Parts: sequence; structure tokens; C-alpha cells
Amino acid sequence: MKPPSFDLVIAETARDVTACLKEHGTDAKIIAGGQSLMAMLNMRLVKPKVLIDISRVADLDYIRRDGDFVEIGATVIQAQLEDWPELHSALPIVAKAMPHIGHFQTRNRGTVCGSICHADPSSELPLLLATLGGEVVLTGQRGKRVLKADEFQTGMLSTACGEGEFVTAVRFPAAKAGQGFAFDEVARRHGDFAVVSLAAVATGQDVRLGVGGVADRPTVLELNSEQGSDLDDKLNAFAWALGASDDIHASARYRRELVRRLGKKLVNEARDAAS
Amino acid sequence: MQRLDSQEKHRVTVTLNGREVEGSARPNMLLSDFLRAELGATGTHVGCEHGVCGACTVRVDGRAVRACLYLAVQAGGRRIDTIEGLSETDGSFGILQQAFHESFALQCGFCTPGFLTTLDHYLEVNPDPTEAELRDALSGNMCRCTGYSEIITAAMLAAKRLRDRSQSNPQKK
Repeated sequence: MKPPSFDLVIAETARDVTACLKEHGTDAKIIAGGQSLMAMLNMRLVKPKVLIDISRVADLDYIRRDGDFVEIGATVIQAQLEDWPELHSALPIVAKAMPHIGHFQTRNRGTVCGSICHADPSSELPLLLATLGGEVVLTGQRGKRVLKADEFQTGMLSTACGEGEFVTAVRFPAAKAGQGFAFDEVARRHGDFAVVSLAAVATGQDVRLGVGGVADRPTVLELNSEQGSDLDDKLNAFAWALGASDDIHASARYRRELVRRLGKKLVNEARDAAS
Repeated sequence: MQRLDSQEKHRVTVTLNGREVEGSARPNMLLSDFLRAELGATGTHVGCEHGVCGACTVRVDGRAVRACLYLAVQAGGRRIDTIEGLSETDGSFGILQQAFHESFALQCGFCTPGFLTTLDHYLEVNPDPTEAELRDALSGNMCRCTGYSEIITAAMLAAKRLRDRSQSNPQKK
């Protein structure tokens, strides 16, 4: 299938992008790597009049430590983050999840910010950002604003990105000494969308457990010192609260069971890794 | 800032397998169609056209990417390497092609260009992969005939030959 016709604007600066968004409003769509948007265009699920290509905006091509955060600009592709020498020390959970994020070829083109903007409930990067408690930097005509991950993602494929704004960076909190991390997912084919994906961050006995692929957005459960049957009960309640549904890939019951079992495994793994 | 009109054809110049070539494309033309229809490089195959099957994989500026999720006009000025560039200069099989040929790693051959272009990049990144790593790396390519075992065998064989070649002749890639 082929994309519908559209005008293409090749932006060189962030100002080009906001000016173009102002001119065209909701008729315009932003494309960086296009690993989700191009598929949607090819299937004609979206028909923008104008496509704004931001992949050549040089100012947005950076990964840098900024205090407690790692800030990643909007044109940084996933493979660039995978190759970043400080990834394993600064964002060990992202390093763990990286091989599950799409395929080798899509990581070579898809951007980190793009995946988060697309807000697919089963993608790994939005899950990691939510579990770590990261932030999204939006730039518009009137300047910048920063939203927490859970404020940014408002539902299935929907975000709090306002008219005339676009995401210029995302900020992942860097690992602190003594934290433990775990990630796992079940997918029908390696690299495909996850049936259920889970991430856990432990600071001592306190664990944040994030689940993707079940609810309409990544959802985080905070656990303190629950052990044994307490933990089982909490995970069971969490699994039901996510509102799983049946689809062609898995039943709701199977998804809830994955949340219980993998959840327990990851909570324990993350606690063991925390010292 | 450049604005390309949807109804007009725009000149796109790329370096295809080491040679500078030119074609024209509307903004919505896919790179896969541009390579095949405009540049005549029909070795790049078009399968699912939504990024799932991997048959259209080419290298853009050295990285293996899906040509069906890439607009031709976005590729302007970039270096593109396709399956046509994998053979030796005298036209004989390159190392990857030879390994696939010997290992019976294809049946109908439709998916083969995507597997080879993916491996061409992946084996540069990871010259000594385990079988499990290769299975992960090739998980984005579908083959509906052979069942993958021979493809993995061929990839392991090609990786070994590429390592042997780079040891005996460090100058060559």
C-alpha cells in the first residue's frame, strides 16, 4: 500500500517546525524516523496535508547527561542510544530492554522520542519512561514546557502534546547508586509488539513496577516492602485493575497471569539487584 | 526550510552502490518504489509495505533500514547500498551470497535480498555472533519457505568467512 499525497516540509531548525505547525495546525504531522507513522501512512490510517520532516534538525541530535537526567533529543535514533557508551551505566534498564524495541532495521531508523510520541501502549520506551518517572520536553511558539511521563501519555496513541507544539526531547532519570532494575516481555515474535511487557525499578525494598501492553497506557504500581502472599495479592489486584481484554494474540486471562507471574519475578529480580 | 509540493516531482540524487544517480519522486513516493521504478534497482523486493516482513531492507548511510518506511525525497544526498552492491566487482557472488547459495538458504528467493542486506550491516556491528544473536538480528525478516535453519547456518558460515578475510587482509572491509 502507498501513502496518500502530502506536501513535505524539510525543517532545519526547531523554529521552522513551530512556524509550520502554526501555519497548518492539525493538518500537519511530524515525521522523524517514521517507523510507526510511515506504516500508518501506507495503510492510509492517517492523511495529513503536510508532513514536517524533522530528521535533519541538527540541534535536536544529542544525548547528554543533565543533572539527574539523561536528555535525548528528538532526532536521536534508537540505534544511537544503543551504541551510546554510557548507556549501561546511566540507563541499565534501557540497555536491557533495547533488544526488544522493534527490530535491528527499525532501531536503525526509529527515534527514541518518536516512539514515546506515538504512545502505543505496548511499546517499550513509553513503558520505561513511565516506570522510571521520566519527563517529556515540548516546544511551541511560546517556548518550552516539561511534562511528567504520566501527564504526557493520556491514553492509547494519545498524548498531552498541544496544538502548535512538538516533542523536542525526553528525559530519563539516570540510575542512582544502589538501585536495581529488571525488564522482561512476552511477544509472539522477538521484536514485535509485546503481549505484555514489564519493567521494575527497586530502590531498597521500594519497587516501581510498570506494565505495558495491557491497559491503554503504561501503568505503574508502587510497592513498598510487600513480600510473599502480600505481594501476590497486590499483583493480583493490579492485574485485574489493568482491565485486560481478549484479542487475536492472547486472552485477558493469560495477560493477567503474565502480570502476576512476570511481575513477581521482576519485583524479586529488581530487589535482589538493589543493594 | 524546503517545501516540496505534493503534486510535483522532485529531483532526488543518491549514491547507489557507489555511483551517483538521479531520479524524480513525488513527496509520497516510497524509497522502495523509487529504487525499483526510477533507478531500476529491482533487487530490492517489496513485500508487506508496512515494515513487518523486511524484504525491502537496504542500507542508507551504512545502516540497514526498511525502504518501505522511508520516503524517497528523505533519502536525497544519502548513500544507498542495495543487494546489487553485494557481489564482487567481477559479478561473481560476494561472501554472503556464496554462503546462502552453498547452504541452500533460500527457496523462492523473494526474502533473500532483505536477509543479505540486514546481515551485511549486522555482521559489521557484530562480526562474531552467536546463533541466538543472529536469530534476534534476523527476527525482523520473514521467510515463508525454508524455515530459517539454513539461513542461520549460512549466516554463521558467512560471518566466519568474513572474519577470516579480515584477518588475512585487514585493509579490506
